[in-house]
Amino acid sequence: MADSNAPGALLEIGEITKYFGGLCAVKAFSLSLPQGALWGLIGPNGAGKTTVFNLITGLIPLSAGNITLDGERIDGLEAHEVTRLGVARTFQNIRLFSSLSVLDNVRIAYHSHVEYGLTDTFLRTKKFLDKEKDLTDQAIDFLSIFKLDGIAEEIAKNLPYGEQRRVEIARALACNPKVLLLDEPAAGMNPREIIELMDLIHFIRDRFKLTILLIEHQMRVVMGICERITVMDFGEVIARGTPKEIAGNQTVIEAYLGKGVATSAAG
Amino acid sequence: MPVKNERPAATSAIPRKNRAPLAWVGNGFLILLALLAAYILVSNFVRSPILFLQNVLDGLKLGCVYALIALGYTMVYGIVKLINFAHGDIFMVGAFTSFFAVAQFRLHRWPEMVFPGVPAGLSIVIGSITVILLAMVVCTLLAITIERVAYKPLRDAPRIAALITAIGVSFFLEFFGALQFVFSPRFIPYKAPFDISAWYIKDGIHRIQSGQASPDNTISFSNIFLIILAASVLVQLFLQFLIRRTKIGIAMRATSFDKPTARLMGINVDRVISFTFAIGAAFAGMGGVLYAIAYESIWTQLGILPGLKAFVAAVLGGIGNIPGAFVGALIMGQAESLTMSYISTPMRDAVSFTILIIVFLVRPTGIFGEPAGEKA
Amino acid sequence: MELSYLFITIVKMAVLIAWIYGLTWGLARKALWQKALTVLLAFGVIQLAFLAQFGDFALFSVFDQDLLYQAVTMAMVCLGLNLIYGFNGQFSLAQWGFYGIGAYAAADITYRWSNGDASGFLVVGLGVIFAGLAWIGVGRLLRLRRGIPVLSAFTFYLIAVVIAGVAALYAGRALASSMAPLFGTTAAPGPLSSPVVAQIVFFLAVIFAGAFAAEVSFLFGLPVLTLGSDYFGIATLGFAIVVQTLMVNSDTILPFPEMKGGRGMIGIPKLTSWVTAFIFLMLVVVLVRNFVRSSTGRATMSVREDETAAKAMGVNVAGSKLLAFVLGSFVAGIGGGVYAHYIGFLSPNTFSFIAGFNPLIIVVFGGLGSMTGTLAAAFAWIFFLEGFLRVLLGQMGTEAPTWRFVLYPITLLLLMLIRPQGLLGSVEWGFLKADRVVRRSQTKGETTAGDAPAQQKELS
Repeated sequence: MADSNAPGALLEIGEITKYFGGLCAVKAFSLSLPQGALWGLIGPNGAGKTTVFNLITGLIPLSAGNITLDGERIDGLEAHEVTRLGVARTFQNIRLFSSLSVLDNVRIAYHSHVEYGLTDTFLRTKKFLDKEKDLTDQAIDFLSIFKLDGIAEEIAKNLPYGEQRRVEIARALACNPKVLLLDEPAAGMNPREIIELMDLIHFIRDRFKLTILLIEHQMRVVMGICERITVMDFGEVIARGTPKEIAGNQTVIEAYLGKGVATSAAG
Repeated sequence: MPVKNERPAATSAIPRKNRAPLAWVGNGFLILLALLAAYILVSNFVRSPILFLQNVLDGLKLGCVYALIALGYTMVYGIVKLINFAHGDIFMVGAFTSFFAVAQFRLHRWPEMVFPGVPAGLSIVIGSITVILLAMVVCTLLAITIERVAYKPLRDAPRIAALITAIGVSFFLEFFGALQFVFSPRFIPYKAPFDISAWYIKDGIHRIQSGQASPDNTISFSNIFLIILAASVLVQLFLQFLIRRTKIGIAMRATSFDKPTARLMGINVDRVISFTFAIGAAFAGMGGVLYAIAYESIWTQLGILPGLKAFVAAVLGGIGNIPGAFVGALIMGQAESLTMSYISTPMRDAVSFTILIIVFLVRPTGIFGEPAGEKA
Repeated sequence: MELSYLFITIVKMAVLIAWIYGLTWGLARKALWQKALTVLLAFGVIQLAFLAQFGDFALFSVFDQDLLYQAVTMAMVCLGLNLIYGFNGQFSLAQWGFYGIGAYAAADITYRWSNGDASGFLVVGLGVIFAGLAWIGVGRLLRLRRGIPVLSAFTFYLIAVVIAGVAALYAGRALASSMAPLFGTTAAPGPLSSPVVAQIVFFLAVIFAGAFAAEVSFLFGLPVLTLGSDYFGIATLGFAIVVQTLMVNSDTILPFPEMKGGRGMIGIPKLTSWVTAFIFLMLVVVLVRNFVRSSTGRATMSVREDETAAKAMGVNVAGSKLLAFVLGSFVAGIGGGVYAHYIGFLSPNTFSFIAGFNPLIIVVFGGLGSMTGTLAAAFAWIFFLEGFLRVLLGQMGTEAPTWRFVLYPITLLLLMLIRPQGLLGSVEWGFLKADRVVRRSQTKGETTAGDAPAQQKELS
């Protein structure tokens, strides 16, 4: 049940499969993510969604299948190489560099594009001093877009949860990605925060010309901002479509609520 | 539906599927090393099979003692993820306890002192067993004390804190023991509770008379060798029974798998942890006595190298895996014995640890280890 | 008597800590002349103290000088370990082994040189250079192909170093024999026997020794760092033991009869003076500090914080670990070289893996991730433990060394219970600190075009 292979899809995931020993976590998952899309990936717990993210970003190796970014194969690459090629992500359980400052968290994302080398570092050449200053200015400017420059020197673990989420998203964006993968960004948020998050996601998609794929359980987020949704269960895709189509889809309802409930809900 | 819940493999220097380019280079290198080792072993075996087998027996003796120590390391690590550096020193304390029991209190002959009519042989058997039990009890109490005083308060502290404390406890035991009024820093010749009898094999089994050396070109063994062998096998069987069939054993497994959940299930986690330390220490104590009998001298730093090698053995077999620790210990014993004989004595430690490093590269979680996974 | 001695020791420690503070403060000044002046003063103050001997009374006794050199070398080793463990999060027990490798390597070079033999200098020097170049080449080649397993890469590097080593051996020996006449004889020493040349050779020997330690660490670290943190720690323990065994057998298994294996190497020319010790200390401190306070340093720390997140942010985690490990070992090797030449002899016992716990404890004691803490703790440790305790307990009888090891674990236990993050936590002094960031005017509440939607204040 693959999507139409739209020509020029930015991220092309072709039948990826992952086995952990005897357990099949992901089976023949396919997705064609076009440039500028804001799509969702949903499914019950344990469906394999985060595993798909891990496979895309190269944190774990594929058992089968292929992944292409902008025409270039990225499966089999090291995670940091995938990031440098343009895929960034956030994590289900926020994974900031907790004892480092917000500014440092962002500056680390800049490290892969840093323009000086070890010699400059050791000898403190003019190049180092200039580039380091540029890098810091850039980071602060970047943070100011998210209104985070005020807390730039705060240690990450001291921030309130909502702010940590923002920092994590900002940090991922600092990698200058083409594709952004958000793993349950609304987890633990109250309704007001969720609305702010939805605004934020729209904003960054437009401002940074991103393509976004997000995993979410909060249906108002998924239904609210996702243009298309892919549904997974037990490692396989069970449905695709617009939010409206998915909301009425029998298989999806059964996957979440179990058989029997669907008929009474529909009836 | 998920069939088996297995977690992803640990990172290894050798990729699971050799789809990786130029993998043959690295694998080839390891194979060359293995061939070299095999060559050394086979050529020496061919040259003198008797000597080779004798070395194997010596290695078995050593390996079984290491197995007794390795158990404590593997169980404690499995349950609290702590490398208990002090464990080797508990082994030393067991040896010293038995020394004092025998030399000062003549505990090994208590039956005939209490009941005058008891025959000497029986008395020695009962007495020796008592000595071993005493050593085990002392070690157990010591271990529980250490756990409560030094490790328990640091259970939620960063891992390095507990590790450094373990190092500190180890130093303390060694050097406090080395004070004059305690054990003194000297090498102390050990008086065994029973006489060592030895036999040699040549056209049947013959007794070696005391004072005689074993004749050339024969394989010899002693009663202490048999005791060590029997003890470690029995201990293994006992532990398998304990782990699988008893409530406390299941509690131990549950706690090492997932402590918070075990607590929620009503398991008294603190008691289970203390029990784990206790059991490990008891067998280390037993090992200490047997080692002292077999190798005839003790000193306060006795536990350092055997402790370390036992730890390597535990890692080799797969840390947290009890039969694995036994297998690992046997391997370490063989490696040490064969190196001593065929390469040189000083190299034995180097070889043991090189084996460790090589095993890590090939199979980081050890021979029977559970691969550890990580959820992103 | 003891009380006044304790008081004097505490005063000395305080003075040294103040010296460290002054040094770091002075180097934080902006102008170059201010920095240069700081360095000169720091050097000068101690040098004068060395020279202040009025008859029987010495401001800085020979014993104190001894302690100072020990403290300086320990500080170097510990700074390296702090880089590997404090900043990069890799628990290593091998640091002391690299310290020993550096010590023996440097010692061998100068020992041979002082006996009219340039082979040590040339072989090690050329070996280090050839291996380094060969490895850069191998690295370039390997990068052309993606996904080569670590073990294969390791094999290539191993083959390269063996070839480089053999080449250096032959070239070095050949050169050395042709240089032999330039040493002259004891009666009529040639130009190469002059003390000036000896100092230059010493200086280079220490650097070569550090580089040698670094290269060994590269080879060892390459496959082993891929293992998780615990297993890596155990492997480093194994490494330290193997190194010690090799030291004990340096005259049997290894072809270095002058090292005399377990009996210890003697006759090492005592070429370390406060000048060279200070220079090397400054070199190490500046090297480590420049590394940590840079993008590479931040990337190094990110590995400690969360490897997975670091990978996801584009940091080459394996490369970062290897870099920190190699740099840390280089620094330890330098410390070893300096140490060997002030003490004049080396014994494998000094480099036992048990002694290898000392730098670990010092680093934790001073505060993981604080260079200042490491420096201060190393100095305090040596002066207190080796200085005060040894003398104090020495007066308690022959059991003193043993009692030291009884008190010291008790101190450790107390430290871990009361303050596990170490004395200074992650606090830094002076130029070791990260630069304060010049902040723009805060834009809370205002929305400029192109900014993210405003976030309402948390109602807590």
